[in-house]
Amino acid sequence: MSRVRAIIAGHGDFATGLMSAATQITGRDDVFAALSNRALSAADVTAAMTRLLDETGAQVIMTDLPAGSCTMAARRLQRERPQVTVVLGVNLAVLLDFIFDEADDGVAARQAADKGRIALSVLGAGGARGA
Amino acid sequence: MGLELYRIDDRLIHGQVVVGWGQPLDVQFLVLVDDEVAASDWEQELYRMGVPPEMEVFFESVDSAVTQLPRFQSDPRVGILLTGDIDTMRRLVTSSGLIRAINLGGVHHKPGRVQRLRYLFLSTSEEQALRELASSGTAVSAQDVPAARPLPLEEVLAGEGNR
Repeated sequence: MSRVRAIIAGHGDFATGLMSAATQITGRDDVFAALSNRALSAADVTAAMTRLLDETGAQVIMTDLPAGSCTMAARRLQRERPQVTVVLGVNLAVLLDFIFDEADDGVAARQAADKGRIALSVLGAGGARGA
Repeated sequence: MGLELYRIDDRLIHGQVVVGWGQPLDVQFLVLVDDEVAASDWEQELYRMGVPPEMEVFFESVDSAVTQLPRFQSDPRVGILLTGDIDTMRRLVTSSGLIRAINLGGVHHKPGRVQRLRYLFLSTSEEQALRELASSGTAVSAQDVPAARPLPLEEVLAGEGNR
């Protein structure tokens, strides 16, 4: 049965853009719900995130930037809902791994974050240390 | 050096501040002036974890900020002072007499407020407070990110901004 398993939250069209890319690759458009902080106050971001969690039943929030207002909102929510897992600095590799991981959502999020970290690489001369 | 920007932003510490302004200005410290945050260890921890380790954050009430302002203004590093609302900045400007210019960076929709810019909604009393600050010699302008053109208060209130 398909269900929304995670909220992706970030600046501008970050969430919908990332979801669009994941759907193009996997054909799955039922795993995530998007939230943009555009034109929202901190209180509004928290309220919208709360609403999305309640509507979807998701227990995972993935945000774009550690300093961002979506991350702040997620951390506030986590205080009231310690069962919620928050992934910061999410990228496409995280989403792809999460989609196909059938573990508990919180466990899947942690495993996907590990994959996302590995996927971030630098190729070419800029990647050489001390160059 | 010292404080380069006195910003009103209801998101306080967030991406636009830490990255949008922080990187081009090479900001090395933030002063968050908010009575509620200054009284809450948990809130302070929340904001502190959002900034890179090389950026120092000071949490001040309005009263303590007034006392500490000369020290922040003479700091050899570049810093940004933040308040979450217009009234807090107004109290700080009025009590200290040391702030010459303020930046409207983000005041979002709430009942009773009218949209002036994409990121700026003001109530009648907030407009009045800003007019009073401007008439007493404080330069008031709106600018969400460094790449945007700063809009003087009169232009903002005339509704000629970049909505």
